[in-house]
Amino acid sequence: MTLYLMCFFLFLVGVYGAITKRDLIKIILAIGIMGYSINLFLVLIAYRSEAFAPILKEGVKVAMVDPLPQALVLTSIVIELGITALMAGLAIKIYEKYDTLDITKIRRLKG
Amino acid sequence: MILSQFIFVPLAAAFLIALVARKKENIAAWICMLASLWLFVVSIIAFFRLPDFGGMIMRTTSGWKIPFTIPLVLDNLSAFMLIIISLIGVISAFYALQYINHFTGRWNFFALFLLMFTGMNGVVLTGDFFNLYVFMEISLISAYSLVAFGTEAEELEAAFKYATMGAITSTMILFGVGILYSFTSTLNMAQVGEIVQQIAHKKLVFLVFGLFITGFGLKAALVPFHAWLPDAHPSAPAPISAMLSGVLIKTLGVYTIVRIFFNVFGAPPVVLTILMLLAVLSIVIGGFLSVVQWDFKRMLGFSSVSQIGYVVLGFALGTPLGILGGILHLLFHSIFKSLLFLNSGAVEYATGERDIRKLGGLSQDLPVTSTTTMIGTLSISGIPPFNGFFSKLVIILACFQAGNPIVGFIAAAVSIVTLAYYLKTLKHAFYSKNKAKQILEKVPITLKAAMIILAALCLVSSLILIPAIRNATVKPIVDTVLNKTQYIDKIMPYLGSI
Repeated sequence: MTLYLMCFFLFLVGVYGAITKRDLIKIILAIGIMGYSINLFLVLIAYRSEAFAPILKEGVKVAMVDPLPQALVLTSIVIELGITALMAGLAIKIYEKYDTLDITKIRRLKG
Repeated sequence: MILSQFIFVPLAAAFLIALVARKKENIAAWICMLASLWLFVVSIIAFFRLPDFGGMIMRTTSGWKIPFTIPLVLDNLSAFMLIIISLIGVISAFYALQYINHFTGRWNFFALFLLMFTGMNGVVLTGDFFNLYVFMEISLISAYSLVAFGTEAEELEAAFKYATMGAITSTMILFGVGILYSFTSTLNMAQVGEIVQQIAHKKLVFLVFGLFITGFGLKAALVPFHAWLPDAHPSAPAPISAMLSGVLIKTLGVYTIVRIFFNVFGAPPVVLTILMLLAVLSIVIGGFLSVVQWDFKRMLGFSSVSQIGYVVLGFALGTPLGILGGILHLLFHSIFKSLLFLNSGAVEYATGERDIRKLGGLSQDLPVTSTTTMIGTLSISGIPPFNGFFSKLVIILACFQAGNPIVGFIAAAVSIVTLAYYLKTLKHAFYSKNKAKQILEKVPITLKAAMIILAALCLVSSLILIPAIRNATVKPIVDTVLNKTQYIDKIMPYLGSI
């Protein structure tokens, strides 16, 4: 339970960062932290105490960890890589146009 | 076989463009056009062949049984969404053939366009929660890049805003999927739905509801989550704006909400109440914010927020008439909002200007564009015999029938506001006396043709309301949404072990 709560705390750290930080790079990092916490959560779901790697053998019955969430984590890591790369690329282009990474100064669109 | 085409064809075409069409960009345009046309034909065949298969076609990848595979499921609702996606897709691709000549790196545009297509088709077809997330990310990443396609300062800013909000809420959706998996041990939608019904302690499900409403609500641009839309949609090139406003927010937002909350979780009343609240907020706030806009495309963006409120309101009522209204407005809005965005693109193409205060008297210089804009305006503000009138009428009647007369009055009143701000735009841009802006370029014939086709559809699609056609086309979709157990019951027989 403690592990789940700490994982949720990490998620909240990410949300806090994404909402309050004013630097584009820090926002990207905060979104990364949110992603890591979810990956950690998925791995935690799969964990069984005193279990083995999920390899079936004839005649042997042991407790095994759940292999599916581990596959999900791999996929979600790749997706996060894509999003982080795209956002970093956008941040570089924004820096070229505005000469700043401060979101309070990047305000040409009026909300 | 027919189901894998919807994902395979655009994906293969996108990679084909990246491989062969880097130097010859006209080939890229034609590959994109052919792939979209192919998908349009196949989606129509799929829709009309569906009753022969008992209303659901199912394909499991690599021959495994359900809990161990990713199923592709085509039912009436998915087939209907596929037709909308490929109809607007093929017209936007046709429009883009000439329009995109302004930009450099055109093959990127067509490859990203097809990837967005792949993602949306996948979202509509998949029967698996995690796969839904993956396809959603495919279409969203392409959408972020397409919003930033012009690489002007404003476009980059809008794309970054969209990407930030989209990434945060996608993470929330993945969190919800993780929680669902942790207490059902499956990712298959139908199986999750069945197990959740049997579980006694359902408190955790409400956390999932909250995460999903936030996540998919942002994708649909319902009001507390709408801030990205008026920036992102106008910043994209016009055919992409038409795609984003016409299809993407409906596929990633409305379709997923309907599929998950109606078919999987059986339309829990608390969710319907929240959705109705968000829908009414969207209708009112989106409508009133549109009035003060002077940028043509930005006004259309705020108007999308307001109109998506009508669609969600129809579904949130939960009655047969309300769902009918929601489905009709979903179809009609995708037609007339795409038409209006293409019109704004044509005006920008001809004059290089989007601020309607600086435009004027365009009705003489651009007769086709002004006529189609007039038709789009009349449709969206609900003037008979154009299609918008019928869907709004059905939704407003459904509000009264479901015992929500106040909501009905609000919907009807904002409809008048809609007419007001569209007439303002029409008067300033097309029918005013002063001629402030010179025509720089003629609108090419392909742009005109795309706009005329959509304008004709604004009229023709009203025919769906004729009872015979309605029973053949829309009624099975309403039944699919309304029947709380049908989706689960039809998939469960495919369940098996290794």
